Amino acid sequence: MGAEAAAVARVADLRHRYGDTTALDGVSLDLPPGLMLGLIGPDGVGKSTLLGLLAGAREIQRGRVTVLDGSMADNAHREAVLQRIAYMPQGLGKNLYQELSVQENLDFFGRLFGHDGPERRRRIDRLTRATGLDPFLNRPAGKLSGGMKQKLGLCCSLIHDPDFLILDEPTTGVDPLSRGQFWDLIDEIRAERPGMSVLVSTAYMEEAERFDWLAAMDAGRILATGTPQDLRTETGKEDLESAFVSLLPADKQHADGPLVIPPRETRPGGPAIVARNLTRRFGDFTAVNNVSFEIERGEIFGFLGSNGSGKTTTMKMLTGLLSASEGEAFLFGKPADASNIETRKRVGFMSQNFSLWGELMVRQNLTLHARLFHMEGTVIAERIAELLAEFGLDTQADAFAKDLPLGLKQRLSLACAVIHSPDMLILDEPTSGVDPVARDEFWNLLVRLSRRDAVTIFISTHFMNEALRCDRISLMHAGEVLVYDTPQNLAEGGGSEGLNETFIRYIRQASGDTEPRQALATLTEDARPHRRMGAGLTRLLAVSRREMLEVMRDPIRLAFAFLGSMILMLMFAYGISTDVEDLSYAAFDQDRTPESRAYLANFEGSKIFAEQPEVQSADQLRERMQAGEISLAIEIPAGFGRALTRGQPVSVAAWIDGANTTRASTIEGYVQGAHASFMSNRMIREGQVAATPLVNIEPRYRYNPSFESLPSMAPSVPAILLMLFPSILMAVSISREREIGTITNFYVTPTGKLEFLLGKQLPYVGIGLANWLSLTAMAVFLFGVPLQGSAAALALGALVYVFASTGFGLIIAVFTKSQVAAVFATTIIAMMPTVQFSGLTQPVETLEGFARIMAALWPTNYFMQMSVGAFNKALTFGELWPNILLIAAFTPVFVGVAALLLKKQEA
Amino acid sequence: MRWGLNIFWLMGKELRVLWRDLVLLLLVVYSFGPGMYIESSGAGEAINNTAVTFVDEDRSSLSRALQTALYPPYFLPPNEAGPDEVERMLDWGETTFVVVVPAGFEADVRAGRSPTLQVNIDATKTMQASIGTGYLTSILSGEVQRFAARADLVEKPPLDLVVRRAYNPAGNNVWLSAISGLLNQLSMLTIVLTGAALIREREHGTIEHLLVMPISAFEIALAKIFANSLVIFIAFVFALFVIVQGALDIPFAGSEALLIAGTVIYLFAAASIGILLGILARTMAQFALLIMLVIMPIMILSGGMTPIESQPIWLQPLTFLLPSRHYMEFAQAITYRGADLAIVWPSFLWTFLLGALFLGVSLILFRRSVSGG
Repeated sequence: MGAEAAAVARVADLRHRYGDTTALDGVSLDLPPGLMLGLIGPDGVGKSTLLGLLAGAREIQRGRVTVLDGSMADNAHREAVLQRIAYMPQGLGKNLYQELSVQENLDFFGRLFGHDGPERRRRIDRLTRATGLDPFLNRPAGKLSGGMKQKLGLCCSLIHDPDFLILDEPTTGVDPLSRGQFWDLIDEIRAERPGMSVLVSTAYMEEAERFDWLAAMDAGRILATGTPQDLRTETGKEDLESAFVSLLPADKQHADGPLVIPPRETRPGGPAIVARNLTRRFGDFTAVNNVSFEIERGEIFGFLGSNGSGKTTTMKMLTGLLSASEGEAFLFGKPADASNIETRKRVGFMSQNFSLWGELMVRQNLTLHARLFHMEGTVIAERIAELLAEFGLDTQADAFAKDLPLGLKQRLSLACAVIHSPDMLILDEPTSGVDPVARDEFWNLLVRLSRRDAVTIFISTHFMNEALRCDRISLMHAGEVLVYDTPQNLAEGGGSEGLNETFIRYIRQASGDTEPRQALATLTEDARPHRRMGAGLTRLLAVSRREMLEVMRDPIRLAFAFLGSMILMLMFAYGISTDVEDLSYAAFDQDRTPESRAYLANFEGSKIFAEQPEVQSADQLRERMQAGEISLAIEIPAGFGRALTRGQPVSVAAWIDGANTTRASTIEGYVQGAHASFMSNRMIREGQVAATPLVNIEPRYRYNPSFESLPSMAPSVPAILLMLFPSILMAVSISREREIGTITNFYVTPTGKLEFLLGKQLPYVGIGLANWLSLTAMAVFLFGVPLQGSAAALALGALVYVFASTGFGLIIAVFTKSQVAAVFATTIIAMMPTVQFSGLTQPVETLEGFARIMAALWPTNYFMQMSVGAFNKALTFGELWPNILLIAAFTPVFVGVAALLLKKQEA
Repeated sequence: MRWGLNIFWLMGKELRVLWRDLVLLLLVVYSFGPGMYIESSGAGEAINNTAVTFVDEDRSSLSRALQTALYPPYFLPPNEAGPDEVERMLDWGETTFVVVVPAGFEADVRAGRSPTLQVNIDATKTMQASIGTGYLTSILSGEVQRFAARADLVEKPPLDLVVRRAYNPAGNNVWLSAISGLLNQLSMLTIVLTGAALIREREHGTIEHLLVMPISAFEIALAKIFANSLVIFIAFVFALFVIVQGALDIPFAGSEALLIAGTVIYLFAAASIGILLGILARTMAQFALLIMLVIMPIMILSGGMTPIESQPIWLQPLTFLLPSRHYMEFAQAITYRGADLAIVWPSFLWTFLLGALFLGVSLILFRRSVSGG
C-alpha cells in the first residue's frame, strides 16, 4: 500500500440532495488516519450529511465513499465495517434511550456487539469510571444533564472499541466545564488507542484549535483542508474564527465589520422584569430553586447555563406558561399570569427550536402572527415588507418554513416575535445550533432592537462570546442562579480565559467537582469479539430486552393496554346482543271483536313485546312509527272476526319499522311465530284438523342451548382486541424511534433488518399473549363461559395470531413517517376488517364482493372461528390445527413485507 | 369580535397545515370513499348464502321438495351428508343448519302421523341462527303444507298474515350499514384528526407559542374543532351524495339538509372528544390507546350494531353519553322514516349539549396539560 492508501476514509465527488435542496455539491476529501479530524463550517452546509454518509447511516446518492478500505455502497463491506465504526448523531443524547438508565443503555450496546456478561460488566465499569458517570448508573438517561448525556453517548460509542469514531457536534448545548472534560476524555482515549481516527464536526472555533487536521466546509463544498496552523497561515489571520470567515465567498462575510454595542441609556419607569424567589418543582424534582433578579427597561439580560439547568423553566414562568410553585414574577409591574391578555400583547416570545409552523410559508407565518396580535389589516403588509427586508428574508418569503436552513428559521422566528413591536422579548436559546456568521447577524438585530427601540431583551444562551455582549448576565446551574453581574466584572476574575474560566470555577464550586476520574486504562487489552454464530440472535434478543425495559418504564401505556382491552371486553360482551327484548308494539284494531282480541292476545304478556297505547288511525300509525315510538304495529281490518268465523279469507297486516334491518328480520320471525301459534290453536279448537300437526319441526340449538349472545360473544371479542391493541402499540413503538432519532442505532450498528423487526416484535407478542390470558380468564370466570376444548391449541392460536397482528403493526410503521400517521393508518385500516368483516355480527359467508375478499385476507376471522370453536364446540387440537396454520401464514407475509420495505439507511 | 377573528385566522393555519399532510388526507379520502363503499356494500342480508345440510334418510319426493325449497340469496343450495358426518361438519363450521329427514317421513305425513323434522343449528353463529331458524322453519312447514294441500290432506287456511316493512320494504341490509358506516367514519376520523392536530402542535412546541400570544385556550380549541370538522364535513357531503345516494343507490326519505345540519352538530361533539383525548394523552402511544377505548364503544353502542333497547339495562344510561347514539337515532329517523325537525330536535339538542360538555372539560384541563405540570 502506498501513501495514497493511507486514509481512514475517502470520498470522491460526493453529491447529496434532499428534494430540491443540495446538501453536498461534489465533495472530494481524503481523511488521514490516526488523527483528530475536525469538520468546521456554518449550519446547513452539509456537515451532518457528510458524517452520516461516512458512518453508513445515509444512503449514497452519487459519488464514492470509501471507509476503512472498502466502499460504503457495498452492503457486505458496510455490514462488516459497521463493527469498527462508531457514530454519535447531532443532538443531546439523540441516540440514547431516555427512559433507560445509564447502565441499561450501555448494556444494550454491549449486547448488540455480542459481549458476554462479565465482558460487558468490565467495559461498562471502565468507561463509566473514566467519564465520572459511575455514581449515576441507575439514573435514566433523560434525567442527565446535557454534558452527562454526551458523555454517556460517547461511552455507548466506545463500548465496542471502534477504529473510526464519528462525532456530530458533540458539545453543542453543553456547559463549559463539561465541554472541557469531554475533550480531555477524547484525548485520553486517543492516547490509549493511537490507531483510532476521530472525526468531529463543531460550531465552536476555539475547540477546533485542538484538532490535528481540519476541513472547512461551506455550501456543500470543501473550502480548505490542513492543520489549524495551515489555515491561519493561508489566510493570514490570528484566530480560526476570522480565518474561517475569510475563506468564505465575499458576499457571505460580515458586511458591517465587528459587532459594536452602543452604551445603554437608562430608561424611566421601574424595572421591566422582576423575579422574586421563583421556585418550580415537578414532582420531587426542583427545576428552579429560589431564583431572583431584576431586569431594567431596554436592557439585554443574558441567562447562561447548560441544558437542563432551569433556564427554560424560568422563562416559561415569566411568560405565564408555567405557574410558579413558590415566589412571584412581575412584567412591567404586573404579575406574570396566564390570564393577563394585555401584558401578553407587550411581550414577544421565541421558544427553543424556533417552533414555527413548518407547513406555512415565511410570509404566512408572519401574517398569522400579525393577525393574532390584532394588527390593522392595512399596516400588516407594510410591516411584513419592512421585516422581510430588515431580516434579509425577502428572497425566501414564499418558501415553506420547514425548508429553511436553521439560521433563517431563527431569523424568521425573531421576526415573528417582534412583528407587533413588543416592549419586551423573551428569547430561549435563540442561537443554539446556529453558526457564527448567522449568530453575529442575529445579534446585530438584537442590539438594534434594544438600543434603538428600547426593547427589553431577556435571552438565554450557552455561548460565552454572546454573554459578553449582554448588559448583565446571570449563570444558572442545577436550578439556581450562581452569580449575577455585568460580564466585564465577571470576566476580571477569570484570568486569561476570561468569562469561560470564571464560569467553570463557579460550576465546579457548585457541583463540588474535584475531578475524581480515573484514567481510562487498558480499555483495549482484549481483542475485539469475533463474529460468531448466533450473533444475529444475540442482537435480536438485545433489541427485545431493551424494548421490554422501555415498555416497563411506561406503566400508563401498559395499564391502558390491559385495562382498556378488559373494559372493551365488557362493553362488547354486554353491548352486542342479538337477543331482542321489549320491542315497542301497538295494536291497530279496527274490528274490536272477541276474535281480534284473541289474535292480539298472542302478542301480549311476553318478554319480547312491550305493548304501547293502541293506534287509532292509519295516520297515527305512520306518525308514531316515524318518530320511532313503535317498531311494530298489528293492523286488524274491520270485519276480521266475522270473516274468520265464516271461514272467509281475510288478512292481518304487521307493520314493521324496517330501518334497522336485522332487528326487522328478528321481529318478523317473532310475528310469524305468534301468527302460527294462533292459527294452530284455532284449528285445533275448531276441529278442522286433528290435534296433531302435519309435521313437528324440532330445532336443536347446538353448542349454545340457551341461545344467548354472551357465550358466543365472549370468545369472539378477544380476536378483535388482540388485533387492534398489539398492532397499534407495535406501530407507534417503531415510528417513535424514528421521530426521536434512536433508529440511528439500527442504521449504524450491525443489526440486521429481521433482527430489528423481530426483536421489537417479541415484547409486544408477549404483551399480547398476556392480554389474551387476562381476557380468557374474564370469559371463563366473569362471564361463566367454559373453555370446553383444547386450551393448548387455543393458546398456540393466540400466539400465532398476536404475531400476525404485531406484524401488521410493523408494516404500518415502516410505511408511515410520523407517529400521528402510524396511529391514524393502523386505526383506519385495521378497524373495518377487524370489527365488521370478522364474523362478529355478520358471518363471513354472508359478506359480499370486496368485503368477502378482505375478510379472507385478514387473520381475525380465522382466530375468532377457532376461539368460538374451542370455547363452545369443545374442539380439540386435531380439529383446530388448520386454523392455526392459516393464521401462522400471515406472520411471514407481514414481517417479510415490512423487512422488504424497511431501509437500513436513511435517504 | 376579537375572538371571532382569532378563530378565523387560526382556522386558516390549521387548514393549511392539514393540507400539507398527504397521508392524513389520503386516509380521509379512503375512509369516505372506497372504505365506506366496501363496508356498506359488503353487508349482505343478515342471512345470506347460509349453508344448509340435509341428512335425507327418506329419499322421497317430499324430502327432495324440501331441499329445492331452499335457494339463494338466503340459503345456499343444500348439500347432503351422511348421519355420521354431521357432527364433524358442525364442529368445523362447514355448515350452519343440518336438517334430518327421518326414514318414512313422506309416508308419515300422508298418514297424518305428524313426523318430526330435526333441525340442528350451530347456535354460536347467533345472528344467522336466530333469524335463519325462523325462515327455515316457515319455509319447511310451508313446503309440507303445500305438499299436503296437493295431496288434499288439508284445506288452505283462511287467515293470512301480511308482513309489511315500512321504510325499507325489501329489508335491504345495505341501507342500515350505509348509515352506520357513515357514522363510524365520522366518529373515527373527526376524533383522530382533531386530537392528533393538538398533540402534534404540542410536540412541536407551537402550542406554547400560541399561548403566550393574546389568544385564549377557547379560541385555539374552537379553531381546531372548526377546521378539522370542516374537512370531515366536506368528505361527508361527498360520501352522502356520491357514495350513499349514488353508488349505493339508497333512497332518501327525509331531507338531506336536515341530516347535514345534524351532522354539523355531531362533528362539533366528535371534535370536542378529540380535543379532550388530545389533552388527556401525554404521548402519541397513549393517545392511540385512548382512541381505541373511546371509538369502539362509540361505534358498537350507537345502536347501529345492536338496538339500544336490546342492550343491558345498566348500559343504556351510559350510552346516553355517547353522541353517536343520538346521531344514529336522528340519522335513521331522517333518512328512512323521513322525520322532520319537530321529531328529531331532542337528539340534535343532546348531541350539542354533549359536545359542549366535552369542550368545557377540555378547556378546564387545557393549560394544565400544556404546561406539563
